[in-house]
Amino acid sequence: MALDFSPVWQGWRSLANGALVTVEVTAASLGLGCLLGLLVGMGRLSPGRRIIYGICTAYLTFIRGTPLLVQLFLLFFGLPQFGILLPAFLCGVLGLGIYSGAYVSEIVRGSIQSIDRGQMEAARSLGMPYRMAMRKVILPQAFVRMIPPLGNEFIALIKNSALVSLLTIDDVMHEGEKIISVSYRSLEVYLAIAFIYLLLTSVTTLILRRTERTLRADGRVL
Amino acid sequence: MSQAIVEVKGLGKSFGAHQVLQDLDLTVEASQVVVIIGPSGSGKSTFLRCLNGLEAAERGTVRICGHPLLEDGRLIDDARLNQVRTDVGMVFQSFNLFPHLTVLDNITLAPRSLGRLTHRQADQEARDFLRKVGLEEKAQVYPGTLSGGQKQRVAIARALAMKPKVMMFDEATSALDPELVGEVLQVIKALAAEGMTMLVVTHEMGFAREVADTVVVMDQGAIIEQGPPAQVFSAPREARTRTFLQAVLTH
Repeated sequence: MALDFSPVWQGWRSLANGALVTVEVTAASLGLGCLLGLLVGMGRLSPGRRIIYGICTAYLTFIRGTPLLVQLFLLFFGLPQFGILLPAFLCGVLGLGIYSGAYVSEIVRGSIQSIDRGQMEAARSLGMPYRMAMRKVILPQAFVRMIPPLGNEFIALIKNSALVSLLTIDDVMHEGEKIISVSYRSLEVYLAIAFIYLLLTSVTTLILRRTERTLRADGRVL
Repeated sequence: MSQAIVEVKGLGKSFGAHQVLQDLDLTVEASQVVVIIGPSGSGKSTFLRCLNGLEAAERGTVRICGHPLLEDGRLIDDARLNQVRTDVGMVFQSFNLFPHLTVLDNITLAPRSLGRLTHRQADQEARDFLRKVGLEEKAQVYPGTLSGGQKQRVAIARALAMKPKVMMFDEATSALDPELVGEVLQVIKALAAEGMTMLVVTHEMGFAREVADTVVVMDQGAIIEQGPPAQVFSAPREARTRTFLQAVLTH
C-alpha cells in the first residue's frame, strides 16, 4: 500500500495551529514549572526547616511517583466533583507545570549544592546576608549548571504535552487525530506529528546550546 | 594604650569527645601582626574561622573592635553577624573568587550590594585596590584566566574593599605553586607595613619570622606558646614547639 500524505498537506493549517497551541501550553507550563522548581528546590536545601522541607518533599514524592496522565485527569475530571471547573487549557498548563516543577526542583537543588561551599563562605565573610549571597553569588553560577539538565526537562515537557490532547485541548496531537478520524491515514499523520515534535525539540536544543555557550564565554570557568 | 581589635576569651569547640579548640585566649591590638603556626590538624584554621562566625564555637567570647561576635558560646544573631563580618577581611586558601564575575565586579559586589558605595565610587576604589596588589590591568577579565597568585591578590583586594579593621589569612599561600608564593607574601607584607591589623595562619616560617609581631604556636587545639618571633623561633620554651620547628625547618 502506498503512502498518501495528501491529508497532511490538506490539513497543514490546522496542524500548524495545533503546533502553536503545543508551544503555548509548553511555554506556559515551563514558566510555572521553573517557578515551582526554584521554590521547591530551594525549600529542600535546609532539612532543618521541617515544615517547608516536609511540604516540598511531599509534593516531590507525590508528583514523581504518580503518572502524569492520572494527575491531568485528577485536575480535569476530578476537581469538577467539588464544583471546580477549570478551562481545559488551564488544566493542561497546571498539570504539566506542577509535574515538571518536581523534576526542575531536583535540578535546582542539585545545581545549588554542587557550587563549592567556599563561594557562600566568601560572600558571607564580606558581610553579605544569606539571601543576597544566594541571589548574587550562588544562583548565577548554579544557573549555568542547570542548563543541560533543564534542556532535557524542557524537551521532555514538549513531548509530554501531547497528553493534553486528552483534555480536549487542540494541540498538534489533537489536530492530527482529527485529521486521522476523517482520512484514516494514521501512519502518515502520526509521522507528520512526530516530525513537528522533532522540529520543536531540535530548535529548543539549539537555543539552549547557544545560551550555554554564551554564558560560559570569556574565561568564565563554571 | 592601644585598642584591642580582636579579643578572644576561653574559646572552645568540640566534635563529640574530641576537643578541637581548648579554651583559647588571644588579644590582637591595632596594627599588630599575629602569625599562627603549628602542625596540621592543630586547629589553626578552625580557630580563625571562629573569629568571623564561619564556624560556631561552643564556649567562650569573641569581640571584634569591641563588638561581640560570640557571647558565652552563643553566636550573635545574623543581622549583627553580617555587620561584624564587614570589619573582618577573610582570605582563604582556595581563593573563592566568584567565577561568574569580572575581577572588578568581584571586588565591588559586596560594597555595592550592601549599599556602602555607589557603582562609580566602588569601581574607583576597586581600581585603587587592584593597583595596590599590582593587577590594575586585570580589572575586566574573569578569574578563570588568572594564575593562582593573581587570584589570591584579587581575593585580598576584594577583602580590603570592605575596609576591614582586621585582615585574616587562612593559609593564603598553601594552594599556590612555589614560584607564586612570593608575590602574595609581598602584598601581605606591604599591608603589614601600612599598619593593617592582621591574623595570619601560615606554613611559611621565613615569612612569619619577618612580619610577625607575635607568633602563636598551636598544637592539638591549644595555644602552647606565644611570643615575639625571635624568641619563639630561636629559643622556644616548649618541647613541642621545638619538635614542630625542627620538622618544618630541616627539609
